[in-house]
Amino acid sequence: MSDTRSASSITARMRPVATGGASVVGLHFLGDQAAFVLGEEAILLVAPDGSVKRAAIHSGAILCAASAGTRLATGGDDGKIVIADAQGSHIVAAADEKKRWIDQIALGPDNAIAWSAGKTAYVRTGKGETRTFDAVSSVGGLAFAPKGFRLAVAHYNGVSLWFPNAKSKPDILTWKGSHLGVTFSPDGKFLVTAMQEPMLHGWRLADAKNMRMSGYAARIRSMAWTFDGDYLATGGSDQLILWPFHGKDGPMGKEPTLLSPHAARLVTVACHPKQDVVAAGFADGMVLLVRIGDAAEILVKKPSLVPVTAMAFSGDGKTFAFGCEDGEAGMVDLG
Amino acid sequence: MSEKIPVTVLTGYLGAGKTTLLNRILSEPHGKKYAVIVNEFGEIGIDNDLVVNSDEEIFEMNNGCVCCTVRGDLIRIIEGLVRRKGKFDAIIVETTGLADPAPVAQTFFMDEAVGEKTRLDAVVTVADAKWLKDRLKDAPEAKNQIAFADVILLNKTDLVSEPELQEIEARIRGINPYAKLHRTQRSQIALAEVLDRKAFDLDRILDIEPDFLHNDGNGHDHHGHDHHHDHDHGHHHDHAPGQGQGHGHGGVKHYHDEHMQSVSIRTDKPLDPDKFFPWVQDLVAKDGPSILRSKGILSFKNDPERFVFQGVHMILDGDHQRPWKEGEARESRIVFIGRDLPEQRIREGFAACVA
Repeated sequence: MSDTRSASSITARMRPVATGGASVVGLHFLGDQAAFVLGEEAILLVAPDGSVKRAAIHSGAILCAASAGTRLATGGDDGKIVIADAQGSHIVAAADEKKRWIDQIALGPDNAIAWSAGKTAYVRTGKGETRTFDAVSSVGGLAFAPKGFRLAVAHYNGVSLWFPNAKSKPDILTWKGSHLGVTFSPDGKFLVTAMQEPMLHGWRLADAKNMRMSGYAARIRSMAWTFDGDYLATGGSDQLILWPFHGKDGPMGKEPTLLSPHAARLVTVACHPKQDVVAAGFADGMVLLVRIGDAAEILVKKPSLVPVTAMAFSGDGKTFAFGCEDGEAGMVDLG
Repeated sequence: MSEKIPVTVLTGYLGAGKTTLLNRILSEPHGKKYAVIVNEFGEIGIDNDLVVNSDEEIFEMNNGCVCCTVRGDLIRIIEGLVRRKGKFDAIIVETTGLADPAPVAQTFFMDEAVGEKTRLDAVVTVADAKWLKDRLKDAPEAKNQIAFADVILLNKTDLVSEPELQEIEARIRGINPYAKLHRTQRSQIALAEVLDRKAFDLDRILDIEPDFLHNDGNGHDHHGHDHHHDHDHGHHHDHAPGQGQGHGHGGVKHYHDEHMQSVSIRTDKPLDPDKFFPWVQDLVAKDGPSILRSKGILSFKNDPERFVFQGVHMILDGDHQRPWKEGEARESRIVFIGRDLPEQRIREGFAACVA
């Protein structure tokens, strides 16, 4: 099927970033520096002037990454948790004593950091105290609540909401099946997981009411909240699926907004920090910026047959960056 | 797009010789690098750069099918391993002695991310020639592993006599006549017999014959094992199941396992796809839990191409394979291996699919 979209194009403005063919598995803006997290060993820090600095931070695969402000946290198959800054300085914040893979990572308030290895979730508080929680299965995802010091730990048959500083047992939100990615809505009222099945599951936290969000073609491997928290943008289909979260019932009883149908799977999403614009990265390499209000599209990158694996907007929304599985990567000034 | 990474699954009951085979694979000078996924309670150490411990987490899928399970740990590990692509050529998954191979196999068909990067190559089962007979009686896992296998190494043959070997081989055949069966000592085997078999590849479904009918005399198996059958072994299960006792077929004993068997049907009448697909889908939907493996080569009416399928429990994978060749017998052939299969119902159902 040929793609006959008539989107306006800013492909000519794209500045390529040389990764040496290394696949890009994560993208985070640390201030004005774009941090391209590579599949193995290193991050590339790209400054606004285009200069690139490579920092080798792991001795094997980089399995997970999270950022907050100018801090980047990564976990690797070398069992290490590394914190890097916008200059590429980095420290090993922790190392698994059995050298197990660090599967998940999240950054929390007051410089707290959470990670998981197998079934065990760890939290290092800002004061440097480490606490652990053993889940019923391998941890599928970690997310700090937007308020308070609370960590959601996704696992088989549900999510545990853990207060690392409290002695009490975690609250458990139960839903049959394997829960992988997990995210809180920015207002803290809802929790959503991506499941092993091609669907999302959600809970309204006030009453633990269940929400099923289905209709996907594949497991959802990327989701992101719009700047105002009104929508959860998701991959996993041949179009951009946006679930409405304005209103007290969230998406319950509502239809999602479907935009930008395409002949390839949408695999990666990222949301603009100040506008109702979502970046959609497809399995065939196409990148679109999509405005929710009027479904207008801007083509950032043409299809190249290689999946888009990471995307991010800078905090001021003026720069957009993407990376692909084969190492193709670039940045665009959005003005 | 780059080639998918082949994944070999090594199963076998405790002490059968899995780890010996694994170390043999890793240490031979083949110039290939393997990533190895082992269970946490592995028998002995493995000397390899890329070894990952797994905990065999079996997750049920929320799709209303009790047999649709995947190995959650495998999905996670494979997604991590492929970040190091180029560092290894293939993946070997060693399961625990008590593991059911089905969730491992299903993972490759149920999870898109895993299926995009890797392909299931074959399930290789190592069996202990001395103890398998007992395990088939008391360990359902051992029977599962035999029934599921594409390749079986009957290992430690030096510990048993030739008549005993023939008997245990016949018992294996009673459960799974389609796997490649090799006699080995200390898991010694040419690696080409266990690696890169493409057993789940639709393009490689060339013929479905019980393995012992086309013994290629490659020197590995069936030493002094003579077959003089002139009757059709494709219908080897046409008679009522015996209760584990052998009975003669031209001098060689055949055993029928009480609970695990294969049903093989053929017809030279063209099939009606509008009858066949609903029938087979309904069959695996209802009897999926008891059907471990299935395979078929089909000739549909007015269709110049061969259609092939293979399946694991409820999951079926099928496609047109190639045009029927000039002079090739347009015959349809299906095989099911499973537990307490409703043979009569399967036969009648298939017969009703004739165009």
